[in-house]
Amino acid sequence: MTNMDPKGLTRQPPKRLHAETQAVHPRAVDGRFRRLKWAVMTFCLAVYYITPWLRWHRGPYSPDQAVLIDLEHRRFYMFAIEIWPQEFYFVAGLLIMAGIGLFLVTSAVGRAWCGYACPQTVWTDLFQHVDRLIDGDRNAQMKLAKAPWGPAKIARRLGKWSIYLLISISTGGAWIFYFADAPTLAREFVTLQAPSIAYSTVFVLTCTTMWFGGFMREQVCIYMCPWPRIQSAMLDEKSLLVTYKDWRGEPRGKKSPTGAPLGDCIDCGLCAAVCPTGIDIREGPQIGCITCALCIDACDGVMEKTGRPRGLIDYVTLEDSARERQGLPATPHWKLIWHARTLIYLGIWSAIGAALLFALGTRQHLSIAVSKDRNPPYMILSSGEIRNAYAVRWKNMEGRPRKMQLTLDGPAGAKMWSEDMAKEMAARDLTRIIPADTTAPLRIYVTAPVGTHEGKLSFTLRALDQDGGEVSYATRFDAPDEDHD
Amino acid sequence: MSAPENEHAKEHGGPRVDEPTGTATMGHEWDGIEELNTPLPTWWLYTFYACIVFAIGYCVVYPAIPGIKEGSHGTFGWTSRGQLASEMDAAKAARAPVLAALDATPIEDLPKNPELLAKAVAGGKAAFKVNCVPCHGSGAAGSIGYPNLNDDDWLWGGTLTDIQTTLEHGIRQPGDDATRTSMMPSFGRDGILKPADVQDVVSYVRQISGQEPGNASAQRGAALFAANCVACHNPDGKGNRMFGAPNLTDKVWLYGGSRTAITETVTNAHAGVMPAWGNRLSPATIKMLAAYVHSLGGGEAFAAPAAPAAETAASTGQ
Repeated sequence: MTNMDPKGLTRQPPKRLHAETQAVHPRAVDGRFRRLKWAVMTFCLAVYYITPWLRWHRGPYSPDQAVLIDLEHRRFYMFAIEIWPQEFYFVAGLLIMAGIGLFLVTSAVGRAWCGYACPQTVWTDLFQHVDRLIDGDRNAQMKLAKAPWGPAKIARRLGKWSIYLLISISTGGAWIFYFADAPTLAREFVTLQAPSIAYSTVFVLTCTTMWFGGFMREQVCIYMCPWPRIQSAMLDEKSLLVTYKDWRGEPRGKKSPTGAPLGDCIDCGLCAAVCPTGIDIREGPQIGCITCALCIDACDGVMEKTGRPRGLIDYVTLEDSARERQGLPATPHWKLIWHARTLIYLGIWSAIGAALLFALGTRQHLSIAVSKDRNPPYMILSSGEIRNAYAVRWKNMEGRPRKMQLTLDGPAGAKMWSEDMAKEMAARDLTRIIPADTTAPLRIYVTAPVGTHEGKLSFTLRALDQDGGEVSYATRFDAPDEDHD
Repeated sequence: MSAPENEHAKEHGGPRVDEPTGTATMGHEWDGIEELNTPLPTWWLYTFYACIVFAIGYCVVYPAIPGIKEGSHGTFGWTSRGQLASEMDAAKAARAPVLAALDATPIEDLPKNPELLAKAVAGGKAAFKVNCVPCHGSGAAGSIGYPNLNDDDWLWGGTLTDIQTTLEHGIRQPGDDATRTSMMPSFGRDGILKPADVQDVVSYVRQISGQEPGNASAQRGAALFAANCVACHNPDGKGNRMFGAPNLTDKVWLYGGSRTAITETVTNAHAGVMPAWGNRLSPATIKMLAAYVHSLGGGEAFAAPAAPAAETAASTGQ
């Protein structure tokens, strides 16, 4: 060996290529942040489970489900809003708002998304409560994990995994109701008449929920999720972090062996015991910390019991850490939230939101698309008139039939008729009743007198009811060259 | 292996363990480069084994093993030709109700059933691309000698029934007794009219079609026209569909309306031929083609559908 490694550079303890998985058995804790987490969890789960069952009356021609992604008919319903595929920019806008919303929250209150609202956090929290319900709190869980397999352990494990499975199935099961009429699908689902895609979707989501929430848990946050990586680039010295105030807590200990004065930390280890990702916050800011603040609750409880001021572990910015270290007072939290970056994000976010609302409020509920025949571009009729043909699509995006009028603006003397009427009825405008929520294709023939030259032509579609609305489509009218015989 | 590694291997009773990674080597070495023994993940390995098992099964049930004259057949008896045949059968079966309905519906009743008419037009569009495009063009606009089917000028009639008859029996199709036929004499070539007379007739025709003002030549031509042409083209020059004699007063010219083109027609005559499709295409296909051609904008005897198309043809597309 020595001849291969003369400087002894490789003489280090063997390194593993991956970290050993540490089972995390967080201890139950109570406190203001725990109660906030309960509230957020209840809210998030309620929104997820109840939303598809909300009804919203849209008239006889449209579904009455408040939130519905109707893939079959290419419609997206969200309360009073109905989105067609060509208006998908509204959904894109919402997604951009969600993204910038995350930046905004990160800038204002740090990793709050991870700590409170992320589905991975919410479901992991739920599964950890199931653990406590079946196996008992932290110590009982650790004891059971170490215990040899026996009837009691098997029974407990089977019981726990059954509840996991139940939660997972209802998680996967709720998802499909966003894509079809919920009561109908529920009935079909239990009577085994639902489409196979419903069953396979529930199966896949049950598996992922069971695996991610029941077993992977904090591993997802620490190793799989890209967001913590992105987020660490977004945190700065003004970001709120869950911080152990080492200047106040150190040296930690229950009783000083030398008699030297000790810090406030009594080294009870409760902050590490309650951590759902199994880290010790006293080691400083780290990627494993999802800022759920349960360690704050735990430490505050201990500080109260030992008669010391709360907040040994607290939401603190790096800037304030430096100030507090020098004995200066901390900046009030409300002031922290309003720094420039937060305001800029808020501005961008609101601007996009306002733009979307404006577009939504002013969008036309009718639309026209014209495709001109190019083969042949024009026809000479026996009378010598020049005829062009157009495929015109009338779109009624309202949930009720509408009377619409198509008007021609083109060469002098031009008239139009359609495939569903006689040529003798040709006129400058046509009126049709377009069924609810429908695109009606109609072939339109336009004739212009002998000697008409090629030029511009446009169709205008106008709704003839009290709501009105008008859209135009510019195309062209083709005619023979002037030297044509 | 070099000497020190050999000693090392002997001491530990196996390949050398690489210290920085803690991984055993494979035990071989080339120019001082060794390979670490990093086994595949278990899930990967078992997926690989499962693939091998699947492949063996696949080779048994599907044709897979090549031979000298022919390959193995596989126990499922699958062939690509067989699959094509079954897919074609399925497509045929899917079309069968529409074709049966077309067979049962006389063509003049087609407009009473807008849904069937729409299907017939769509089917006719496809059949047109296969059978008719070589002469009439992909847009059905025709060319010199091949009629434009979009316009409102019909030699033999433009109702659904007329078009169906034309398609079935063709025009001047030898061997078809019911074919549409007529023969314009070659007035110039056969010496019926002298070249100067031909020019006079051409002047007259160009006058009645509004291309030239009347003059002495046209006046002489009028007399010649009355003597030679009215039997087919009618005294008013508007033609006669019984003979497929074109209307000479309109703006549509199958062989061109210039003086040269009309002179050529009067001198040598034209007798275009369209094949009879009755013995090549099924009656349903002919009905579909007739419906498509009729739908191109010049169809005659328009019958308003039960309700305007925009209301009934309620497509829910974008």
